[in-house]
Amino acid sequence: MTPTSSPPPKKTWSWRSQAFRALVYQVVAVAVIVLTVLYLANNTATNMRARGIQSGFDFLSSAAGFDIGESIFPFDSGEPYWRAYLIGLTNTLRVAVLGIVLTTLLGTLIGVGRFSRNALVRGLCVTYVEFFRNIPVLLQLLMWYLMFTEVLPAATEPWVLGPFFLSKGGLNFPIPVWATGQLVASWGLLVGLVVAWWYRRLAIRSFELTGKVKSLFWAPAAIALGCSLLGWILGGANSEWNAPKQGEFAIENGGSLTPEFLSLLIGLTIYTAAFVAEVVRGGIQAVSLGQSEAASALGLSRGQTMRLVILPQALRVIIPPMTNQFLNLTKNSSLAVAIGYPDVVSIANTAINQTGRAVECIAIIMLVYLSTSLFTSVLMNWYNARAAIQER
Amino acid sequence: MSAQTFQPIAARSAPINTDGFVAWCKFNLFRDWKTTLGTAVIGAVLLAILPPLFRWAVLDAVWVADYEVCHNAAGACWGVVREKFRFILFGRYPFEEHWRALIATTMLLGLIFASCMRVCWKAWLPLLWAAVLAIYFTLMYGGVLGLAKVETDMWSGLPLTILLASLSMTMAFPIALLIALGRRSGMPAIRSLCTVYVELIRGVPLISVLFMASFMFPLLMPQGFNIDVLIRVLAGITLFAAAYMAEVIRGGLQAIPKGQVEAAATLGLSYWQTQRKIVLPQALAMVVPGIMNNFISTFKDTSLVAIVSLYELTGAMGMAMNSDANWRPFRIEGYLFIALIYFVFCFSMSRYSKWIEKQVNRSKLR
Repeated sequence: MTPTSSPPPKKTWSWRSQAFRALVYQVVAVAVIVLTVLYLANNTATNMRARGIQSGFDFLSSAAGFDIGESIFPFDSGEPYWRAYLIGLTNTLRVAVLGIVLTTLLGTLIGVGRFSRNALVRGLCVTYVEFFRNIPVLLQLLMWYLMFTEVLPAATEPWVLGPFFLSKGGLNFPIPVWATGQLVASWGLLVGLVVAWWYRRLAIRSFELTGKVKSLFWAPAAIALGCSLLGWILGGANSEWNAPKQGEFAIENGGSLTPEFLSLLIGLTIYTAAFVAEVVRGGIQAVSLGQSEAASALGLSRGQTMRLVILPQALRVIIPPMTNQFLNLTKNSSLAVAIGYPDVVSIANTAINQTGRAVECIAIIMLVYLSTSLFTSVLMNWYNARAAIQER
Repeated sequence: MSAQTFQPIAARSAPINTDGFVAWCKFNLFRDWKTTLGTAVIGAVLLAILPPLFRWAVLDAVWVADYEVCHNAAGACWGVVREKFRFILFGRYPFEEHWRALIATTMLLGLIFASCMRVCWKAWLPLLWAAVLAIYFTLMYGGVLGLAKVETDMWSGLPLTILLASLSMTMAFPIALLIALGRRSGMPAIRSLCTVYVELIRGVPLISVLFMASFMFPLLMPQGFNIDVLIRVLAGITLFAAAYMAEVIRGGLQAIPKGQVEAAATLGLSYWQTQRKIVLPQALAMVVPGIMNNFISTFKDTSLVAIVSLYELTGAMGMAMNSDANWRPFRIEGYLFIALIYFVFCFSMSRYSKWIEKQVNRSKLR
C-alpha cells in the first residue's frame, strides 16, 4: 500500500487559489472605482474651467442677498451664506423633531386602534392607513398647503377659537409673558423631574420587594407638575399672557406658526403616521397570542395587557423599522422646497441659483442629511440596546 | 321509600346568536359600555363630517365644464377634471399626438400586468420586454414612420410617471442584486464599497440625488457630451432605488441557512453556480413582497421629479391649472383627481403584493 501523500502545497500565486483570485478581483474593483472617480473629477474640473464656474466654499462667507421667510434667529439679506444655511438647518430640525414626536403618538394610536374591539375604530384605522399611505407625500403636502392658502379665510377675518386665530397667515396662539414666576416654575419643573425620577425608582424597588402596586406614572407626573406649580406661585404667580389680537391688516402679538411650517408639519406627520401604524401593528402581531391569553388569565384588563405585557415586548420588534420611519420623515422634510418653507434644501436651491456652485451646495445638503441620519441611528441604536432582552 | 319520579331540569336557553347583522353589531359595536361610548362618539363625529362632505362632493357639485357655473356653485367643481383631464394626464405632450402616448403607455402597463402573472414567468418574457420597449420608444419619440418627433422634455403626465417608475425599477433590480451579493461577499474591499454605497444613498433624500442628476451630471460628463434630462433623472432614480432594493434582497439572502451554501460547495458548485441555482431562487421568492413595496414607494417618489422641472402627473397637474386663471380656484379638485389616480395604482399594487406573499408562503403552509 502506498502511503497517502499529503496534499500539494497551496500555490499562492496561482489563479486556482481562491485567496489570490479574491485579491485580484478586489484590486480590479477598487482600481475601476478610483479611476472612474478621477475621470469624473477631471471632467468636472475641465467643464468648470471651460464655463468659468468658480469652485470652493469661500462663497459661504459672502452676503446671501436673499431674505428668509421664517427663522429662529433674526436674519437679513446682508448676512453671509453660512448663516442662511444655519437657519435652514434649524428649520429642518425644528420640523423633523416636532414631526417625529407627533407621528409617533398618532401612529401608535392608530396602530393600536387596529386591535380595538370596536369595529368602527378598526375600520377608521384601516381606512386611514390605506388612504394616506397610497398617496405621494409631495401631493399631500401640496394639498395641505393649498388648504392653508386658499380655503382658510384671510388674516383680516380669521377663524377665532378662544385665543387662537387660524387664517391664511397661519396659526396665532397666546404665549405666556416671561416673568420671574415662569423662571422659578421652570426650575421647579427641573427639581420636580428629579424628585419624580427618584420616587419612581423607590416605587419600583418597593414593588419588587413587597408586591404592592404603586402608581408609576400619575404620581411622578403629579410630583413634577406640583413642583412646577409651587415654583410659579413662589415666583409671584404671574399669569399675564401675550395673546394675539386682531390688527388692521394682520394678527398682531402672540406666537405664530406660518402656513408653510404648518402644512409641512401636518403633511409629514399624517403621511408617516400611516407607516408607523403599520410598524406598530406588525410589532404587536409579532407578540405571541399566548402572552395576552396568559395576561387575561392573570386578571389583567385589556388596557393593562396592552400596556404591561404586549407593548414592552412589541417594542423590541418595533424599534428598528421605527428608526427607518423617523429617518424617512427627516429626509422627506426636504420636500419643503416645493411649498416654500425655508429648510436647508430650499436655502441650498436658492444658493445654487445665485452662485452656480452646484457641487458645493449639494455636498452641504448631503452632509447635513447624512449626519442627521447617523445621529438618529446612533440614538435609536442606544435605545434599542436598552429595550433589548437582557441576556447573559 | 319515596317515589322517584323523573324530574327534568329546566331547558337551557338558546345559545346567543352569533350570526347575522344584528349579532355582528352587538358584538362589534355595542359589546360593553366602553365600546358603545366609542361607537356613539365616532358615529357623532362621522355624522357631523360626512354629510357636508357628501353634499360638497356630490349633491352641490358641478359636473359640467363651465367655470362660470363653477364659480357660483357651493360644491365641488368636477368640471375642471372634464375640461383639463387631457392636460393633467398627458401634460406637455403635443395635443394631437396624445393617442401615441396612450397606446404606448397602455402597452407598457399591459406588459407590467402580464409580468405580474404566474403563467407569464417564462424565458420569453425578457424578449417581450425588449420588443415592447422598442415599440414604446418609437411611438413616444417618433421621427420615423411618418410620426412627428416629440422631444423627451415634452414627455409628461401619467405616461412619464409610469415610464420612470417601471424603467427605474427594472434597471435597479440587477444593480441591487449585485450590491446585495457584494455586501455579503467574503472580500472586504468589495463588501465595504457596497456598504458605503448603500448607506450613503439611504442617508440622503431623493431630492438631493435628483438635484445631482439635474445640476451636477452635466459637469461630470466630458465636454460636448450632453445627456438628455430624462435619462439623467432616470439614472438618478435608478441608483437611488437600487440602494433600497439591495437592502431588501440582502434580507432574503440572510434568511437562507448556511447549510445550503455549504451543501452546494460539497457538490462542487462554483460561487456563481451556488448563487444562481441554490441561493437566489429561494431568496428572491422570499423578497418579492418587499420588492413590490419598493415599487410602490418608487412610484410615489416619481412625483418628486416635478421639482427638477420634469412634468410627471403632479407637475402636469400644477401646470394645467396654473396656466389658466379661470380654472385656478379649482386646483383642489384637480389634486383630488390625481390623488385618486395615485391611490388606484398604489392600492392595487399593495393588494398584488399581499396576494404574492400568500403564493410564496404556500410551500410553507402545506
